[in-house]
Amino acid sequence: MSKLHVTTTINGDSREFLCEPEDTLLDALRNTLGLTGAKEGCATGDCGACSVTVNGRLVCSCLMLAAEAEGQEIDTIEGMADHDKLHPLQKHFLEGAALQCGICTPGFLVAAKALLDKNPDPTETEIRYHLAGNLCRCTGYDKIIRAVQNAAAEMRGA
Amino acid sequence: MSVAKPNPHDSGPKHVSGQAIYVDDIPMPSNTVHLAFGLSERARAKITKLDLSAVRTAQGVIDVLTADDLPFANDVSPSVHDEPLLATGEVFYHGQPMFLVVADSHLNARKAARLAEVDYDDLPALLTIEDAIAADSKFEEPVIWQVGEPYDDAPHTLSGSIDIGGQEHFYLEGQAAAAIPREDDMIVHSSTQHPTEIQHKVAEALGTPFNAVRVETRRMGGGFGGKESQGNALAVACAIVARRLNRPAKMRYDRDDDMIITGKRHDFRIDYAVGFDDTGRIDSLTFDQFTRCGWAQDLSLAIADRAMLHADNAYFLPNVRITSHRLKTNTVSNTAYRGFGGPQGMLAMERVIDHIAHYLGIDPWEVRKSNFYGKGRDKTPYHQTVEDNLAPEMMAALASRSDYWARKAEIAEFNAQSPILKKGIAMTPVKFGISFTLTHLNQAGALVHVYADGSIHLNHGGTEMGQGLFTKVAQVAAEVFGQPLDAVKITATDTGKVPNTSATAASSGSDLNGMACKNACEKIRDRLVAFAAERWQVTPDAIRFTDGIVEIGDQPIPFGELTKAAYENRVQLSATGFYKTPKIEWNRRAGRGRPFFYFAYGAAATEVIIDTLTGENRILRTDILHDVGKSLNPAIDIGQIEGGYVQGAGWLTTEELVFDDKGRLRTHAPSTYKIPACADRPKIFNVALYNNENREDTIYRSKAVGEPPFMLGISAFLALSDAIASCGEAYPALNAPATAETILRTVDRVKGQPW
Ligand code: FES
Ligand code: FES
Repeated sequence: MSKLHVTTTINGDSREFLCEPEDTLLDALRNTLGLTGAKEGCATGDCGACSVTVNGRLVCSCLMLAAEAEGQEIDTIEGMADHDKLHPLQKHFLEGAALQCGICTPGFLVAAKALLDKNPDPTETEIRYHLAGNLCRCTGYDKIIRAVQNAAAEMRGA
Repeated sequence: MSVAKPNPHDSGPKHVSGQAIYVDDIPMPSNTVHLAFGLSERARAKITKLDLSAVRTAQGVIDVLTADDLPFANDVSPSVHDEPLLATGEVFYHGQPMFLVVADSHLNARKAARLAEVDYDDLPALLTIEDAIAADSKFEEPVIWQVGEPYDDAPHTLSGSIDIGGQEHFYLEGQAAAAIPREDDMIVHSSTQHPTEIQHKVAEALGTPFNAVRVETRRMGGGFGGKESQGNALAVACAIVARRLNRPAKMRYDRDDDMIITGKRHDFRIDYAVGFDDTGRIDSLTFDQFTRCGWAQDLSLAIADRAMLHADNAYFLPNVRITSHRLKTNTVSNTAYRGFGGPQGMLAMERVIDHIAHYLGIDPWEVRKSNFYGKGRDKTPYHQTVEDNLAPEMMAALASRSDYWARKAEIAEFNAQSPILKKGIAMTPVKFGISFTLTHLNQAGALVHVYADGSIHLNHGGTEMGQGLFTKVAQVAAEVFGQPLDAVKITATDTGKVPNTSATAASSGSDLNGMACKNACEKIRDRLVAFAAERWQVTPDAIRFTDGIVEIGDQPIPFGELTKAAYENRVQLSATGFYKTPKIEWNRRAGRGRPFFYFAYGAAATEVIIDTLTGENRILRTDILHDVGKSLNPAIDIGQIEGGYVQGAGWLTTEELVFDDKGRLRTHAPSTYKIPACADRPKIFNVALYNNENREDTIYRSKAVGEPPFMLGISAFLALSDAIASCGEAYPALNAPATAETILRTVDRVKGQPW
């Protein structure tokens, strides 16, 4: 079967790529576009390591076909910092030791940003609920939740 | 001062921006091939037909290899050469690699691997501990250690048994490797805790000396012991294909394959018989430890040894016999996992304490107090003296910090009022021995260069799997030279820079590599001092490296200026460092010696709530006091403690490995195998470091932290048991993992309504 041609916007830049019909968005990001920040932890939508947003909505890129990205706006971890200036979430994950091996970190950051974009002042329960789809085997989550809370507070100017 | 500071993880800025490169992220040349294994679908069988024609003609397939195509050693075992890379005529577990597919993409390789036509002649498979006991299937004769003479007419006696489930590592980054042929050499990137072993196995498979293979490991996305030996197969497969086709080769297991193929924490059944007095003080105890090692030996003997070494946990056992049965089964070959058998041995001991307390109707804390090591009661069952017996004081401190007694009373009151929801609390200690029990592994090397501009290049034999080892070792280098941490460049572990390394395991990473690094840095610093003393005509003791500069007498000089001058005066600014742990010696068959340089301690109190109609449960509050000696980096250490606790609690609660009666693993993805998630973290989580210098001369008097906190999770398990005990008279005798289903079943048994 011939390859599909996809035109999309990634982190604000318009991008074009070719993909097989069965390629996932995660495959396209990692293998074709060289954006390896999204990780494959399970490929079944259960770990959140591959999180990206599509038109602002959080999705597991392992569950979305690359071809479905046509005409959509995709945001990945690579676009989160404003050039050298880290997003407050990135800063608090780093300073609050909310990472160890770091492989879950991009997914958590993308998921947490999707939450704060919609709800700037989430309760702890809301944070836990929202991040329930992201697994971390290293940290035990305590520092992750705190980092999200601290980033939210900073972004609210609190 | 660089040590004792909460410096963030050295890779943190890369982690948060998605720029940290793991093996699967390394850009590979465009002619790279991708590999996948074809797996056995039987637990024990002869292969009567292996027709690979459909595999060979599948889309994108370039080559297919069976055992006959391997040019040299067909072995990926870390121990006794009993683990072929590819099966030879028969299979020994469900999921065993039988053939290797080489294709143009990962997906095509995986798809093709499913297309083989295989006929099997089934043989009887030993799947469970009970099967193996009945068939007397084992890797060696039982190991027995005895001190004193256990007897059965103590004032009180109890006996029982506990089933302890295994555990999937679930490192979020699956196993991965890549090999790139370069002239006569092979360059291997591997997500491994043990680059040196990868080097050895690859060299054996290619028929070359070790010096023709270079293995590099920058970082892993989690290891936990699961990448101590389990990466061998992928690296060897890549290297063989890379040599055969003269093309780069890459392999990663997708999650299901990873969970089906690779070994896990050993599951155990431990039987006990204990004799004690009215206070619960134990005088006689026997343990029979049965462990399912799986089909190949891997590291099982050492793991079973460590289960024996921690059978006492923090308690003195005057008359004790520990018998260890290392069972051979037709299941995945179980392997290293954080704690290395220690957690299983320790859990059984804590169960015994809990059982005694229930029987006597006194608080388990009182029974623990009666049994701690102490004056005149300080010999372990393996004849090592417990010199720094911290468990009693740490437990006492935790009891008051966590308000143990008041909460205990509140819980009793709550339970009396609440017919459906029941609470429970438990407080348990950890005493964990630090050192590899294979004595020769307790060595490490480092390589340090100081460039003429004063920048420092650091390499050592340890690997970074998220535990913050690189940061800690870099802190040591910065400390020796009085430089800021960012003056030290941390470089990937590389067998070409530091040879003959041990696995980064047994919590030993910073102890060993920190010391080796210090040794190398001090050699260079001593040369700088000698040079400066002569050049500036001061005595050596007038020279200080501090706050980014060098004070020579009262003259401050930038470090870079000194190094430049030293270079121009032909002073060597590169050094290797070496360290071997002192004081240890050990005879494992006899169970005698000093296997451990020192012990690391911890104490945890956990409160839980269960729903007696569903078995659902939550951790309400956890208080931890943990001993890391004089902390090298409190932020990293607390992270290890929190993560260790949650992982330990996961092992004993939600994480259940289910093999069916055909030996197939039915829980091979996160959809069915449940590791703790955000909501499982304790609602209140207080973690504190116990202020204490290591009495032994370790790197800046710190203590190892990787494994010991894992066993703090035992408190969650016993808190669940406590909650269940409030439902009736009988002792819960809870088995692990205490899944909701197990809890419900146990509640109903305690209520006298078994099902
Ligand atoms: S890789 Fe997409 S959710 Fe796990
Ligand atoms: S930091 Fe390792 S999985 Fe989260």
